[in-house]
Amino acid sequence: MSVLVIAEHDNAAYKSATLNTVTAAKEIGGDIDVLVAGESCGAVGEAVAKVAGVSKVLVADNAVYANHLAENMALLLADIGKDYSHILMAATSTGKDVLPRAAALLDVPQISEIIKIESADTFVRAIYAGNAIETVKSDDGVKVITVRPTGFEAAAAEGGSASVEAVAAVHDAGLSSFVKEELADSDRPELTSAGVVVAGGRGMQNAEKFEILNGLADKLGAAVGATRAAVDAGFCANDLQIGQTGKVIAPDLYFAFGISGAIQHVAGVTDSKVIVCVNKDEDAPMFQISDYGLVADLFEIIPELESKL
Amino acid sequence: MKVLVAVKRVIDYNVQVKVKADNTDVDLTNVKMAMNPFCEIAVEEAVRLKEKGVATEVVVVSVGPKAAQEQIRTALALGADRGIHVETDERLQSLAAAKVLKAVVEKESPQLIIVGKQSIDTDNNQTGQMLAALCGYAQATFASEVTVDGDKVEVTREIDGGNQVVSLTLPAVITSDLRLNEPRYASLPNIMKAKKKPIDTMALADLGVETAPRLSSVKVEPPPVRQEGVKVADVAELIEKLKTEAKVL
Repeated sequence: MSVLVIAEHDNAAYKSATLNTVTAAKEIGGDIDVLVAGESCGAVGEAVAKVAGVSKVLVADNAVYANHLAENMALLLADIGKDYSHILMAATSTGKDVLPRAAALLDVPQISEIIKIESADTFVRAIYAGNAIETVKSDDGVKVITVRPTGFEAAAAEGGSASVEAVAAVHDAGLSSFVKEELADSDRPELTSAGVVVAGGRGMQNAEKFEILNGLADKLGAAVGATRAAVDAGFCANDLQIGQTGKVIAPDLYFAFGISGAIQHVAGVTDSKVIVCVNKDEDAPMFQISDYGLVADLFEIIPELESKL
Repeated sequence: MKVLVAVKRVIDYNVQVKVKADNTDVDLTNVKMAMNPFCEIAVEEAVRLKEKGVATEVVVVSVGPKAAQEQIRTALALGADRGIHVETDERLQSLAAAKVLKAVVEKESPQLIIVGKQSIDTDNNQTGQMLAALCGYAQATFASEVTVDGDKVEVTREIDGGNQVVSLTLPAVITSDLRLNEPRYASLPNIMKAKKKPIDTMALADLGVETAPRLSSVKVEPPPVRQEGVKVADVAELIEKLKTEAKVL
């Protein structure tokens, strides 16, 4: 068996989800190669070579891979990946975009967002917005899998000494081009890898009031998240949405402020180690899955928490 | 420009999903079914393109049981012009669905194909990307804005940490995210009109596509239940518990 992991990176550094994906690869077994495709991404390749458990790093450095356009990436993955038993990529927005396309080119199914590995051909994943957990078996030669990072610990970033090889293949589908990207400029940790997350729901009332979460987040070194209801109501940016169709998180500590606890949201936070719920409504379903509940007005509690922590 | 939209019949998003006692599947007996919410957004976008004069015809296709005609009718009531029903009682996996849709694309030659980013039953998030791969078309997943300009389409995509804009050469496949638009409600006159719009029905077998399942389901279980914890009286007690009991501060 041999596993190909596709690194998630921005050409300067790899994203932490790559480390969780390497752990999933280790659980499958066999040699682990990591593909770093991008432009001027040599430093990423060097960093990945230090990750414990990686045998070989393949670096495809070319302008056609700069923005990880799915059309070009999928051609590369189908070309390099066909000789592996498994191809793994984190279930990030890039992984979800690129990998199904590569799977179709290889004429194999994709197993999406696995949370557990039973064996080299059997995997566990959430369906119906987390209301059911399915175990699926694949008999295809190449198993193409996206990995939900919260299901697997991060591999050690140091301790490995993999060889680094350049990949010469240049695949340009010529179908699409990158125009621009607007990324939120934030000093806070990334939502999906943060140790502490403070999130707000409809109970935050409006965009201005939603911002009181920022002070508490800064105090805790936490990321800020939101429910779909809060995003739809325009309280905050779309990419803060936590839930089955948004981001799935598993921090050590999760604060839910004014969040009722719709199943779609709960599916995205249920693997958190400790859940704290603050809500005026003592019947909010969120309390049922929380370790600590406080029935109170969040607009009094948030400033008090911030000052006493 | 012809726009093709694929829609899927799934469990209604308001239904409380229950796993069968024998752990083979979720229980779909007598539950309310509806159009997948992301597909509804895809239909709305296509109809808006027609209202703007960009699209000339909106064709909606569904692959599924006889009852999937209800969802095609819903799409026609929202403003699609005609329907295609590929009838099958098989529950197709994503790759097979993409192959069937490719056969429809070959018959219809649309310039733009819009599908939902994922269905709320299997939560796979694959079919649009696979269809684009099989057709050799460009793709833009998780779209929040679509602008057609000549033989190109510019799409704003929701990505981790923000937005990305890509430009695709047509024909192309777009998958809709939540905030692409807010679908309208079908008016009664439009529901009546939809009954007269044509639906072309064909048997799955007639398309000559290999659709046998490639993944097998071992079991389906309810998710693990988190135990309800304790209520604390105030902030001081909460901080105390987080420090000494949970040890996360």
